Amino acid sequence: MYVAVKGGERAIDAADQWVRTRRRGDRALAELTVAQIQAQLHRSVARVMAEGALFDPQLAALAIKQAAGDLVEAAFLLRAYRTTLPRLADSLPVDTAQMRIERRISATFKEVPGGQILGPTIDYGQRLLDFSLLEDETSSDALAPVAKSIPTRSIPGDGLATAPPRVTELMSRDGLLEAEQPAEGDPEPADLTREPLRFPAARPLRLQALARGDEGYLLGLGYSTQRGYAHTHPFVGELRVGRVEVSVVAPELGFAVVLGEVELTECQMINQFAGSDEAPPMFTRGYGLVFGQGERKSIAMALVDRALRATELGEPETAPAQDQEFVLSHCDNLEASGFVQHLKLPHHVDFQSELELLRRLRADHGARES
Amino acid sequence: MSDPTIHDPAFNFAYLDEQTKRMIRRSILKAVAIPGYQVPFASREMPLPYGWGTGGLQLTCALIGLDDVLKVIDQGADDTTNAVNIRRFIARTTGVQTTTQTTEATLIQTRHRIPETPLKAGQILVFQVPQPEPMFRLEPRETERRRMHAMADYGLMQVRLYEDIARHGRVATTYDYPVMVEDRYLMSPSPIPKFDVPKLDQSPALMLFGAGREKRIHALPPFTRVEPLDFDDYPFERQRWDSACALCGSRESFLDEMIMDDAGARQFICSDTDWCGAQ
Repeated sequence: MYVAVKGGERAIDAADQWVRTRRRGDRALAELTVAQIQAQLHRSVARVMAEGALFDPQLAALAIKQAAGDLVEAAFLLRAYRTTLPRLADSLPVDTAQMRIERRISATFKEVPGGQILGPTIDYGQRLLDFSLLEDETSSDALAPVAKSIPTRSIPGDGLATAPPRVTELMSRDGLLEAEQPAEGDPEPADLTREPLRFPAARPLRLQALARGDEGYLLGLGYSTQRGYAHTHPFVGELRVGRVEVSVVAPELGFAVVLGEVELTECQMINQFAGSDEAPPMFTRGYGLVFGQGERKSIAMALVDRALRATELGEPETAPAQDQEFVLSHCDNLEASGFVQHLKLPHHVDFQSELELLRRLRADHGARES
Repeated sequence: MSDPTIHDPAFNFAYLDEQTKRMIRRSILKAVAIPGYQVPFASREMPLPYGWGTGGLQLTCALIGLDDVLKVIDQGADDTTNAVNIRRFIARTTGVQTTTQTTEATLIQTRHRIPETPLKAGQILVFQVPQPEPMFRLEPRETERRRMHAMADYGLMQVRLYEDIARHGRVATTYDYPVMVEDRYLMSPSPIPKFDVPKLDQSPALMLFGAGREKRIHALPPFTRVEPLDFDDYPFERQRWDSACALCGSRESFLDEMIMDDAGARQFICSDTDWCGAQ
């Protein structure tokens, strides 16, 4: 009897057991803890929270452990869990101008009020393999004094009375940069998690989709805009990484209560724009915002956001990154990963139908030839 | 019929929260009211990957009640891996009875097949749908397709079928065959084989189609007129086989082809395992 795709419950259970054994790996080694992942693989945790669309570092770390380091799978686990959570309240909009900043740079000005703050970055070091990491920490104590020489919080945010102003704010005062204004009447933005995405999608909805979109996909699309497919003349006006407070207004209290902080990376892209029938020459904006320290993604997102504004600014639409149906319908890695991999499911009924057709077409063809 | 599994108390009954179920039920009602029309709904992430039946699963979870008897099939069979997985998930989160017998089931979730046993009034058949839009290969833009549906502008699909005939002498679509619902909406019946299409017409059972990734629901209420798209001189044709089922001898069911040995010997058996066993 044919058994290849007829798994049955025992085979599925055995497969699951094998996955668990593999995940644990060599039992002579200590088991990886969720706390270690959360503390030491925080860039993975950030990516999983961003694409999983849920800010919970501990659960993200758990998902990474469960997925054996497969970050797209971990984001999937987090999102499936998110489905079970009731929606209790909407927070007030977070104010990134009030961010407790860890890192903040501008590529458009040599010096900006508040200063260029490098923060924790690998941007200006060399990408050399650090073989000292092969050793246990105890035997590489040479590193410790260096680490100690860095004050734990030399960074502003804690120290500065006021957060540095946004570079884009300074620029928009003189009208060179388009003002960021809510749409007429300041309508409540649509909620991607409560309504299906429909086209044409307004910018708030597009940004929601991009914020949870796949980093690799956005990176490729953003990159394409730099290589002639919808060039947008981008400059990083400001990139800031830090923590912002999230608050909700409790109905019984009538005032806002701070629930906690989330770590965010925000990219304000400034794009040269020569003007069109619709708009005068000015600098325009692209915007990127992601959970955690996600600089690569926030910059890519800002590039794509700006490219998607082509219609609004009266630019010709010629490139994939400008096509919102193309960009937004394919940016979610849960949808993409699921559908691409569903090809592993049995399709023998459809295939049988095609087989039958092909035999008939070949018979017809043979009859015509002879 | 299997003994009911105990409902896992860590999850709400049928996984989804009640608000989500209500949202899905309202979309179902709208879909039933406009047969063949694709109703957008706020599809949720399920603990199953998109493309693996999340749309069908959300419909089933929104509809299922304690007294339902559930059957899940994939490619016609109850014992294919994904059918097993979905059945176990629903059993675990609801504790309802499951069955492999078409006649016993009140709710049947299916992928790519309609059971051979004729369905009865009161039964609900839930289809898993990868792509609800019959014209997606012809027009990738949803905005444009919405306009085409609104104006019942289906010439593009007719032309495609015509081109098949011009090139191959016959319509070269063998599954997911486009159908017209009550002369109004062009509908995808999901990737069921052409063989199953006549079963959609005037069915006494309610048929619901859920596309989770594409976030659409469409429906055929009982006794809806469903006609495959064709031409007067090239009428719709069902698939047929020269062989009978090697296990039950049936000549009226959809047959899967098996490769039996390295020499490539073939055998045909029923795709509907419940039907095959009952013969």
